Amino acid sequence: MATPETILSVKDLRVRFRTLDGAVEAVKGINIHVNAGETVAVVGESGSGKSQTMMAAMSLLASNGEATGSVDYRGRNLLTLSKSDLNKVRGAKISMIFQEPMTSLDPLYSIGNQLIEPIRRHRGLNAAEAREEALKLLRLVHIPDPERRMKSYPHEMSGGQRQRVMIAMALANDPDILIADEPTTALDVTIQAQILMLLAELQRKLGMAIVFITHDLGIVRRFADRVYVMRQGEVVEEGDAEAIFVNPQHAYTKMLLAAEPTGTKAPPPANAPVVLEGRNVEVTFKIGGGFLAGEPLMLRAVDDISIRLQRNQTIGIVGESGSGKSTLGRALLRLLPSDGLIRFGDRDISTADRQQMRPLRRQMQLVFQDPFGSLSPRMTVGQVITEGLLVHEPNLSGKQRDQRAVEALLEVGLDPNARNRYPHEFSGGQRQRIAIARAMILKPKMVVLDEPTSALDRSVQKQIVELLRKLQADHELSYLFISHDLSVVRAMADYIIVMKQGKIVEEGPTEAIFSNPQHVYTQTLMAAAIDVTRFRLSA
Amino acid sequence: MLRYVFRRLLTAIPTLFVIVTMAFFLMRVAPGGPFNQERGLSPEIKANLEAQFGLNDPLWLQYVHYLGNLLRGNFGPSYNMPDFTVTELFAKGLPISVQLGASALILALLLGSVLGTIAALNQNKLGDYTVIALATAGSTIPTFVIAPVIQLLFGLTWKLLPIGGWGDGAFINKVGPVLTLALPQIAIVARLMRGSMIESLRSHHIRTARALGLSDWSVVVKHALRGAILPIVSFTGPAAAALLTGSVIVETIFSIPGVGRYFVDAALNRDYTLVMGTVVVIAIFTIIFNLIVDVMYAVVDPRVRYD
Repeated sequence: MATPETILSVKDLRVRFRTLDGAVEAVKGINIHVNAGETVAVVGESGSGKSQTMMAAMSLLASNGEATGSVDYRGRNLLTLSKSDLNKVRGAKISMIFQEPMTSLDPLYSIGNQLIEPIRRHRGLNAAEAREEALKLLRLVHIPDPERRMKSYPHEMSGGQRQRVMIAMALANDPDILIADEPTTALDVTIQAQILMLLAELQRKLGMAIVFITHDLGIVRRFADRVYVMRQGEVVEEGDAEAIFVNPQHAYTKMLLAAEPTGTKAPPPANAPVVLEGRNVEVTFKIGGGFLAGEPLMLRAVDDISIRLQRNQTIGIVGESGSGKSTLGRALLRLLPSDGLIRFGDRDISTADRQQMRPLRRQMQLVFQDPFGSLSPRMTVGQVITEGLLVHEPNLSGKQRDQRAVEALLEVGLDPNARNRYPHEFSGGQRQRIAIARAMILKPKMVVLDEPTSALDRSVQKQIVELLRKLQADHELSYLFISHDLSVVRAMADYIIVMKQGKIVEEGPTEAIFSNPQHVYTQTLMAAAIDVTRFRLSA
Repeated sequence: MLRYVFRRLLTAIPTLFVIVTMAFFLMRVAPGGPFNQERGLSPEIKANLEAQFGLNDPLWLQYVHYLGNLLRGNFGPSYNMPDFTVTELFAKGLPISVQLGASALILALLLGSVLGTIAALNQNKLGDYTVIALATAGSTIPTFVIAPVIQLLFGLTWKLLPIGGWGDGAFINKVGPVLTLALPQIAIVARLMRGSMIESLRSHHIRTARALGLSDWSVVVKHALRGAILPIVSFTGPAAAALLTGSVIVETIFSIPGVGRYFVDAALNRDYTLVMGTVVVIAIFTIIFNLIVDVMYAVVDPRVRYD
């Protein structure tokens, strides 16, 4: 093969943001190039500057950001182009798709309208010709029934379909380069695999170069020709994808590669006492209805589910978004009204009211997915984690509470001085530790963990998984571990329940489920996850 | 959609009924009556008057009579302006108030939106600070200060506008009162628009539009503005109901024969029928404009569906 032509070359790019605390340098003088038709991955964890690099190249930085250096596209520096010249490149020669398929399309215009606009702008076609092109594009990205979909609005489509539309828009003008910024992170695993397949197929057909910005090493391994590993605004390692996986040089790359959670959890003895039991639990939501509005629509989010959680057991509840797994967790804690029998220990709590539940609450705790939204920003960490003590152990003196806060913070591996600081001063992983400390300080018997690692970087995920394991071993805790991430569930749970549309489609010991999934849906789920994470050279 | 509008109009009936009932009895709880303040009214004459207007009947009977009349579209006679029925007073004054209010509202929406958009596009720069300063001034300076200042400057000093009066609806007579009515609303709209426009400009789909190389005009007007307009739409409902039913201060200062003055005058004089008439009119305006707002919402935002 002849020497590939370099079409994009980023030289000494620096990105700075002016903030109230002074200037923050997000990208510190990096060099990256992209050759025609190749697939380049820019890998890093959150805050590594991988997205800002490409945002700067496209002049999409937030208003307080500025970029210096040069971004050369076929001999022109994109950073110094006039806006009208730049707009002839953006969306035409270089286009971009984003992480957030749910919000990246304009909710107020139909799909057809949004597809036609860039086609007309860049190619000067008339409305009828552009419409034909738009239909072609929808067919290209395998949107079923494209004629009808042209008239649809984004909210009428699923996340996966919206991402397909985004891809269609990005490819509308036959670009040289497609920048894909975490294109599958917000999607369910089965959809992730489909979107990645689609991108690979389109690249074969159309021959554009793809720049993957991702934290997901599975994608890199599977799709990339070359890799840049970024950390704290710098490129720490670059080279052939295969070489980097076989023989990583930089310590950070090695750490990233080793960050997949490992290990398994042994099941508790068969005669371990049952902590929480649900029998035929059902949760129904009422949608609409009311005066002259006709019959309300009844949606059964949890449909006839029975579950037995023993002491020192972790049950993984797996399913895609909308499967009812979080609703089930909440219903079992009696945070949502439900039908069926729920027992906590030997007590029937199916009909317990708030007052009756209050003394039990300390024994059944909940940790949420979002470490940013779930801690009150106006309370110190100490106040956040001791708040439960005020309710459940009102007799403690201030000093005793403080002592308990110190113990809880030490237990989750944080500096006790953290209790005098505010949540925003901590990273996502640290915040999740604070949220865990808030649950642990009450010495619970069971904890519902609702996607506790999903918002975290891989390397941090692994630490949180290890922390949760250690706490379980120390206190004989029982976990209900809700997650869509099969690799984390495999490391954490000894028993797995697979949910789909509110029902259990399969359940059993973890190893049995993983080695021999029976239900078609479980198999699809596994296949999708494995497709993304396992190395297959000839894609 | 039609079904939804029909349903909303049906629910308006019990709403109106509750409002009328509450207003009717609250009015009677207040001490005094329509003929208490007439000077030198001998007890016999007062008794005669009250008998003539049925004010001696038991309260429930008066209520039933009032409701009966109301259902036939009859608001009854005004007690303090005995030459007119309430209906006649509204027929004369309401068109005037509606004209002024509608002009002020349209002016406020147009100017306020433009100013707010300019501010948002220049966030934390001079243009933004100027608009914010104007908006703060506009919403803090009370109408009873603005109106005389307009009269003084435009009327007396520069002699550009008449100082007051309706002049049979001549354009020049409307300028002062419309400006006075509009200024605070412009300020509110500008601030609302600035906030929602800033948010809209930061949204992901605007980033998409930019990444597609669309023109600034399309990014700002077609994509950002349409999303940002929704808070303005919801503001317009109550604002329209308030503006179109007249303003006491503006109509008094500019001597405009609208309906804005009735509410206060009537309440002070215990002119029961006129108060009730005003309450019903304001309630109907509020209900109708809120309905229009909700329909507009569905027009602007395809995610809003009523069925």
